[in-house]
Amino acid sequence: MEFRDAWSIARKDLRIELRSRVLTNQIAPFTLLIVVLFGFALDADTQTLRDTGPGLFWVAVLLIALLAIQRAVQIEDADAARERTLLTPVSPSSVFLGKSIALFIQLVALEVLLFFVMLALFNLSVGNPLLICLSALVATIGVATSGTLYGVITAGVGVRETLLPILLLPVLAPIAIGATRAFGDAFDRVDADGWAWLGLLAVFAVVYTVLGMFAYGQLVEDT
Amino acid sequence: MIDLREAVVLLGQFPALTGVTLKVSQGEIVTVRGPNGAGKSTLLRLCAGLLPIREGFATVLGQNLGENRRIIRSNIGLLGHMSGLYEDLTAEENVAFWGSMVRATNHEVREAIKFMGLNGRLSDVLVRQLSAGQRRRTSFAALIVQRPSLWLLDEPHAALDGEGRALVDGLIEDAAKSGATILSVSHAPIEPDGRIRRVVTLAGGRIIGDTANGGNSDGIS
Repeated sequence: MEFRDAWSIARKDLRIELRSRVLTNQIAPFTLLIVVLFGFALDADTQTLRDTGPGLFWVAVLLIALLAIQRAVQIEDADAARERTLLTPVSPSSVFLGKSIALFIQLVALEVLLFFVMLALFNLSVGNPLLICLSALVATIGVATSGTLYGVITAGVGVRETLLPILLLPVLAPIAIGATRAFGDAFDRVDADGWAWLGLLAVFAVVYTVLGMFAYGQLVEDT
Repeated sequence: MIDLREAVVLLGQFPALTGVTLKVSQGEIVTVRGPNGAGKSTLLRLCAGLLPIREGFATVLGQNLGENRRIIRSNIGLLGHMSGLYEDLTAEENVAFWGSMVRATNHEVREAIKFMGLNGRLSDVLVRQLSAGQRRRTSFAALIVQRPSLWLLDEPHAALDGEGRALVDGLIEDAAKSGATILSVSHAPIEPDGRIRRVVTLAGGRIIGDTANGGNSDGIS
């Protein structure tokens, strides 16, 4: 695996996203819409919103991750670019890593936006900013790597848009639970050991990164 | 270079190739003809290592197609019906990206763009805004930077104007002279100057004619 190849692929994906403006003009507004809808659905009681804030944050992240993953798959499928990649000496693990890095950067950007909007609307106060940052970064690695892996599983399927959430959301459930607990601790909303949950998130991130680097090539062959 | 013996390929349950035997030597230019659904594109994709061989025997570039598909692929340039380009990148960015995947230098990228007539204002245009012919030229430029040993071209002249066709013909000639092998699917009439040296005719997933075996210009033996 060559990191240079992975970075070329990540840079290409990010350039495409910046240029197509799907992230800024569609996914980012969708992110804000989710937060506002949660606010309406749970009434304007800020106490309820504060208590459920960490969970709502990660549910919102999973929803926007689904859109971002669909986009990442679509970029490669639109004009058979994935097939062309197969005809280069680039290793599948580099492709996996590159796609995951691009997805990770996009998700982090959206999470930052989501975070500050929620802070403002839900009147949340951060108790442990380090735990927030670390758990968000580690959980996002898990979302990006598992998303890239499951994205390619559904790549060749005609019903990808509906199949991806069915396959991926159960896989992401442990991340959502772990990250919600860690955030809950960092926001002083739950009595949980956030650092222990962060450890679990790290295990998940490592497992999916390693699994993806080994399995991605075979999955591309099969799609 | 290519050695297929009774090669069978299934697309789902459908036998797209039903026992193809074909030998192509290094530096040869071979055109594959045949009616729609004859298996021409499947033949190219088999040689590219993108489809598994179900029965028979196949080596491409000296490697067993059943075992070393990945090694074979990295030396192959395939131009299919799809361009393999990213619509939200410019022509130049596309060629540079595919060049970076094969360690091509910036000079090689610039030369390929220039060769295909994409330099100047066209190089900075997004692929989605290019005409079909200009996209085809961009695909060829990306193929040139790959420096493949085996060129698999599906309708290489499609969407190209007269100048573009001449460019591609020259490119194919030059590639063959430098030792590359070209297997091309084409419906274009055979050039009177004898540019196409060998014609193979495919029908129903089988080769029914080959000018190398005494067939006529339509490939029918």
